[in-house]
Amino acid sequence: MIIDSSESSLKAFLQTLPRVDEVGVNARAAMLATRSIKTSSKEWAIDTAISMVDLTTLEGADTPGKVRAICAKAVRPDATDLSVPSVGAVCVYNDMVHIARSTLDQIGGKAIPVAAVATAFPSGRASFAVKAQDTMDAINAGAAEIDMVIDRGAFLSGRYGEVFDEIVKIKELCGEKAHLKVILETGELVTLDNVRKASYLAMLAGADFIKTSTGKVSPAATAPVVLVMLEAVRDYFGMTKVRIGVKPAGGIRNTKDAIKQLVLVNEVAGPEWLTPQLFRIGASALLNDLLLQRMKMRDGYYASPSYVTLD
Amino acid sequence: MNPFEYAPALESTSIVTIAERYKLFINGKFVAPRSGKYFPTINPATGKTLSQIAEANAADVDLAVKAAREAYAKVWSKLSASERGKYLFRIARILQERAREFAVLETLDNGKPIRESRDTDIPLVAAHFFYHAGWADKLNFAGVGEQPKPYGVVGQIIPWNFPMLMLAWKVAPALATGNTVVLKPAETTSLTALLFAEVCQQAGLPAGVVNIVTGAGATGATLVNHPGIDKIAFTGSTDVGKLIATAIAGTKKSATLELGGKAANIIYDDAAIDEAVEGIVNGIFFNQGHVCCAGSRLLVQENIADEVLEKLKVRMSHIRLGNPLDKNTDIGAINSAAQLAKIRELSAAGEAEGAERWSPPCELPTDGFWFAPTIFTGVSQTHRIAREEIFGPVLSVLTFRTPQEAIEKANNTPYGLSAGIWSEKGSKILWTASKLRAGVIWANTFNKFDPASPFGGYKESGWGREGGRHGLAAYLKAGK
Repeated sequence: MIIDSSESSLKAFLQTLPRVDEVGVNARAAMLATRSIKTSSKEWAIDTAISMVDLTTLEGADTPGKVRAICAKAVRPDATDLSVPSVGAVCVYNDMVHIARSTLDQIGGKAIPVAAVATAFPSGRASFAVKAQDTMDAINAGAAEIDMVIDRGAFLSGRYGEVFDEIVKIKELCGEKAHLKVILETGELVTLDNVRKASYLAMLAGADFIKTSTGKVSPAATAPVVLVMLEAVRDYFGMTKVRIGVKPAGGIRNTKDAIKQLVLVNEVAGPEWLTPQLFRIGASALLNDLLLQRMKMRDGYYASPSYVTLD
Repeated sequence: MNPFEYAPALESTSIVTIAERYKLFINGKFVAPRSGKYFPTINPATGKTLSQIAEANAADVDLAVKAAREAYAKVWSKLSASERGKYLFRIARILQERAREFAVLETLDNGKPIRESRDTDIPLVAAHFFYHAGWADKLNFAGVGEQPKPYGVVGQIIPWNFPMLMLAWKVAPALATGNTVVLKPAETTSLTALLFAEVCQQAGLPAGVVNIVTGAGATGATLVNHPGIDKIAFTGSTDVGKLIATAIAGTKKSATLELGGKAANIIYDDAAIDEAVEGIVNGIFFNQGHVCCAGSRLLVQENIADEVLEKLKVRMSHIRLGNPLDKNTDIGAINSAAQLAKIRELSAAGEAEGAERWSPPCELPTDGFWFAPTIFTGVSQTHRIAREEIFGPVLSVLTFRTPQEAIEKANNTPYGLSAGIWSEKGSKILWTASKLRAGVIWANTFNKFDPASPFGGYKESGWGREGGRHGLAAYLKAGK
C-alpha cells in the first residue's frame, strides 16, 4: 500500500486519504445513537459488552491489593451469578503486571490476558530507550497485550516517520508474545482528519488494535471519533484483508453508552468486529452498570448499587 | 447470521385514538359531508383500513370557502397582528405537547418510519409555527413594503409525502400574514390534518380561520376553481401544477406551486467520501424517496465512481427496511398501491433501457406496499430513470469527468428544485452553486430543512418560495 516507510512516502500516503466532514460524522453518530436495543438483543449486547471490557485500574494509588481485587472481579464479575462471562482483559501499569498475572492464574483466570500500558503512558514524553524498557518490563512480567501511546507531539508537528518508527519498534519488541494496542489519544489530536491519519499510521506500522485514549485526557471515546476509527479498520480490511481491532477507552460509564458503541461497531465496521478479539472497551465503572442492567433484565427491577461489588 | 440482530422495538400506538369515520372541519366544527360519501384511508404498512374519511363535494367546498371568507372579513382581518401571533404560538406549543401523538399517527397513515416522523417531521412542524408566529407583527420587514395586505382566503392543497410538515409550510405563513385557509390534504393521508383541526379547536382559534376539506383530485379541482378563493398554494406533481396554472389563467387568483424535482447530487473526487456516501443515502432513501427535492440523480466523478459505489453498497446493506413503527426502521412502506406501481414501472423501464439494477439483500414484508432500496448504474441522460421523477427509493447513478460536465448534466432537466454538492474545496462549491439552476442547493449535506430558509424551484419545479422571509411574500400583497 505504501512504497516504503520513509517520511515522504508516509506523508504522501496520508494525503491520499479522503478528508472527514465533521458535521456529517456527528450527524451519522447521532442517528445511530437513536437505535433502540431491547429484550433479546439487549441481553446479548450486555453479555458481549462484559466480555469486551478491559477492566482497568491506572492510578498512582494502585496497590497489589487493589489489583488482586479487580482480578477477582475480572474472572467472576458477579459472584452470585456464574453465568456472567469473564471480562476481556485486566489492564494495569507495568509494575503491577506480575501481580495481576499470578492472581489470575491462581483463581481460574488463566484465559484472561493482562494488558499493560507502556511507552511512558500517558504522555509518551520520554526517550525511546525508556519506552522500550517500559515495554520489555511489561512483557517479561507476563503482559500479553501492550497498550502503547503514540508521540502526539511528533504527530502534530508532522513528523509522521517518527511516530511510525516508534510503533514499528515496539511491535518488534512485542513479537509473538504480546498484542499491540496503539493509543492515539484523540482528545489531543482534536480533529477527525487527524484521527483518520493517525489510525492509518498505526495500522500500517503494525498495530493489532487502535485505541482512542488513555482515559487521562478529555474528551476521550466520543461516538464520532470511534466511528471514524471503525471506518478506518473497515477500509483497511478492504485493502489488506487484515482485521485490526478497535478499543474505545475513557468516558464509557454506563450500559447505554456501551450498547451505543456496539451499534457503531455493527453498522460501521460490521458484525465481524463484534468479538473481544476485535473490539474492547477500556473502562472501570462501566462493568458494574452492565451487571446492574443484567440483573434488571433477569429480575425485572433495578437493584441497588449495593448488590454489585466495588471492585 | 449477525448475532446482534436488533429485537423489535415498537413504538406504542396507544397514544392515538382513531375514530371510525371523520367528518369535514368547517367553521370550527366537524360537520358531515353534504356529499354523504366517505372513502377509506389505509395503513400502507399493513394494507388495513384505519378509518373512513369524508369526501367533500362542491357544496362542501362552497361552505368551507364561505366560512373562511366570513372569518376573514369579520374576525381575522380585524385582529391585531400580535393577537394573531399569539394564536400561532399557542398552536406551536400544543403541537410540541402532542408531538408523539402526531408522530405515531403520521407513521400509521403515511408509512414513514417513526424515527423520521418523531425526529424530523413533527419537530419541524412545530418549528414552522413558532417561526411564523414571530413574524405576525413584523410584516413591515417582510420585504414587500410598509403595511402589506393579506390576499384573503387561500386555498391550499398538500401532498401525502410529508402530510403534517406540508400543512405547516402552508398554514403557518398563511395565518401569520392574516389570511384564512381552506386546506385539502392528500386523500391517502388526511388523518394528521384532521388531528390538527382538533388542535385549532384546542387553541381557541376563531371559527372559520382554518377549514379542512378532505377528498381526492375532484375536491382539489373544485377548490381551485371556486370563485371565492383569492390565492392557491399547491404542493404536488408537476402535472397537477400545470392543470392548476391552466385553471387559474385569466382569473384574479395568484398561485404558488411547489412541484416535482430530479435533483442532481454531485460528488467531486475531493469530497469527504464517507460522509458523501451518507449524504447519498440520506438524499434518496429518506422518507422512502418520497421527497420532491430527493437527490435522485447521483452525479459522481468518474475517477472515484467505483470506490463510491462500493462504499454505497456496503452502507445500503445496513439499511433497515420494515415496520415503520419500529424505532430502528430506516425505510418504511410506500404510501400507496398507485405509487408502488409507478416506482415498479419506472424501475422496469430502467432495466429495459439497459441500466444495471442493484438492491441489497432485503426481505420485504408480505402485506402492504414495499420497495427495496435500489440503485441503477450505467445510467445515461437519455434513460427515463434519469429524466422522470420516480418518487421512490431508487437512485440513478451517472458519472462525469469535469466540473463543467457535471453542471451541464445537472442542469439538463426540465426540473430545478434542489441539488447537492460534495467537495472539501470551498471555492469549487461556490462556483458550482452559482452555475446550478436549482432553488435549493446543499453543500456537504442534503435534505436539511429550516423554517428560516426559503424553499422552492426553478423551471418546472414551481413558482414562488416557501419559508423564510421570501415565503411570506407569497401570502402578502405589496404595501406602500
